[in-house]
Amino acid sequence: MTVETRRVARSWNRYRTRALLGQWLVHGLLILIGLACLIPMLLVISISLSSEGALVKEGYKLWPVGFSTAAYDYILQQPGQMLRAYGVTGFVTIVGTGVGLLLSSMLAWPLARKDFRLRGALSFYVFFTLLFSGGMVPFYILVTRYLGLKDNILALILPYLVTAWYVLILRTSFAQLPTELLDAARIDGAGEWRIFFRIVLPLSKPVLATIGLFFVLRFWNDWFLALLFINKAVLYPLQYLLYVLMRNITFLASNPQTTGMPIPTQSARMALAVLAFGPALFSFLLLQKYFVRGITIGGLKG
Amino acid sequence: MQARNTKSPAAKPDFMARLMGSQRSWDTNLNLFLMALPGILLLLVFAYLPMLGLVIAFKDYRFAEGIFGSAWVGFENFRFLFGTDTAFRITRNTLGMNSIFIVTTTVGALAVAMLMNEVYKSRMSKYYQTMLFFPYFISWVIASYFVFAFLNGDGGIANQVIERLGGDPPSWYRSPQYWPLILTLAHIWNSIGFSSIVYLAGMLGISPELFEAAKIDGASKLQQIRYITLPLLYPLIIILVLLAIGRIFNADFGLFFFVPRDTAMLYSTTDVIDTFVYRSLVQLGNISMAAAAGFYQSTVGFVLVIAANWVVRKINQDYSLF
Repeated sequence: MTVETRRVARSWNRYRTRALLGQWLVHGLLILIGLACLIPMLLVISISLSSEGALVKEGYKLWPVGFSTAAYDYILQQPGQMLRAYGVTGFVTIVGTGVGLLLSSMLAWPLARKDFRLRGALSFYVFFTLLFSGGMVPFYILVTRYLGLKDNILALILPYLVTAWYVLILRTSFAQLPTELLDAARIDGAGEWRIFFRIVLPLSKPVLATIGLFFVLRFWNDWFLALLFINKAVLYPLQYLLYVLMRNITFLASNPQTTGMPIPTQSARMALAVLAFGPALFSFLLLQKYFVRGITIGGLKG
Repeated sequence: MQARNTKSPAAKPDFMARLMGSQRSWDTNLNLFLMALPGILLLLVFAYLPMLGLVIAFKDYRFAEGIFGSAWVGFENFRFLFGTDTAFRITRNTLGMNSIFIVTTTVGALAVAMLMNEVYKSRMSKYYQTMLFFPYFISWVIASYFVFAFLNGDGGIANQVIERLGGDPPSWYRSPQYWPLILTLAHIWNSIGFSSIVYLAGMLGISPELFEAAKIDGASKLQQIRYITLPLLYPLIIILVLLAIGRIFNADFGLFFFVPRDTAMLYSTTDVIDTFVYRSLVQLGNISMAAAAGFYQSTVGFVLVIAANWVVRKINQDYSLF
């Protein structure tokens, strides 16, 4: 080995070591940032599994202190309100996502069709709602006074069914479908509705999955409509129930005197949060890739 | 005679085809319109009718009389709103906090996207993305429980850490001066995964040849970032920032309402236009005040969106909203 090659080899090695060190540093930083994102959730889970006495004495810890499932036992013994809220949220999420996806697609498909005469005007009609909004006050008065939907489960569904942003993402995706297939179907005598249901929708499964996921999260995580329109406890959705319980945990105990059990205030509160984000977390882990795709298609240009 | 004979059979199918064609096109358009109709009506009711309802800002709204029956009062509601300190406070908080959010989220998301870009080929990158993205799926109601676990006076983690370091932990939910920082951290936590993905997509679009050429010329990683990555991302950064400025008048209601737990003692730093409108409308029942503040927000917000979009269009038409 000549001196020259040895020198080159040494500098190459140095370069590689530095590059590797740099890589480890980047991994280290990302792990730290990632953990910072997860720690609040881990903390809440840990509190929910701690015993009330230990929490009072030692404070919250990242690892359960005096491990106990008393909080969950307590909630499961008072299932009425919690179950109802799950029921309301589940119903709203399923119906809202199904109907919302259907109506949004039905609006998006004509907007994607070059031979639709109202395409330009209707695209603007949809788009304008992204730029300007009447805000909360007229919306509130409309729904409560003119539609009479106060304390009505429809108030938790109808306002979110058609959202300009989702319609525009769907339109962009529909416009990219191969026209040959549609022409062939037309020659075979298929009508517009048949083409839409038999060709357009089945060919658009990925974008429907993405928008469907947006809908699911929107309905599952919604507290806004309940905050405005729901006063009756039987119609509380999950997120709104959590908000009420944050202010007043005793609300959960339908009759605190007779149950006789002291309420594990701190841990029960956190256990409720865990029970509410558990399903959202689960669906997120399953469907994350659709979500990332949705951001990259729709993130910039509708 | 012969000429007419040869002409008419040719003309007839042509005419028929045109007739049939326009018939079909009419059918098509009708069916497509019917298909779009439910969506059109829903937008009419839930988006366009409230726009008309903005006129209540100029009325003395009475529930019994409705929007049309209530009396016109001109600019009375606005005089009332801007006559208080509240108008200044909510405007300052909305603009101030949103400005802080725009700067911190942009810088944070760019930094994270660069880190992700360095290890994009690694198998771990998928897990990093999942961890960073997770908060985006959590509603502000639940996030307020997370924040509470840190700041609660009995046992909160922040208090334990400060005590361990020998400090005297403040009573967070009574000390408005800490909330700009707390809300900023909560906002970064919530949005960093989402924002960094957009920048990461931009970075992955940069031709790798540029970096290889730079490496051959002996450019360090930092130099590559300074002279290749950032300059090529500038248009995207500028555009996303401008679009965010277009929405600067609209605060994230959930963040400002739930995370400080709607605590009156914190309003001096946490009350924004949206929370004020909600409180006036639902909790206080002061509809005129809420309507004036809402009108103010809608119109100024609209002007800002149009202006921001106009600037974006000047820079790069592909990124403008319209």
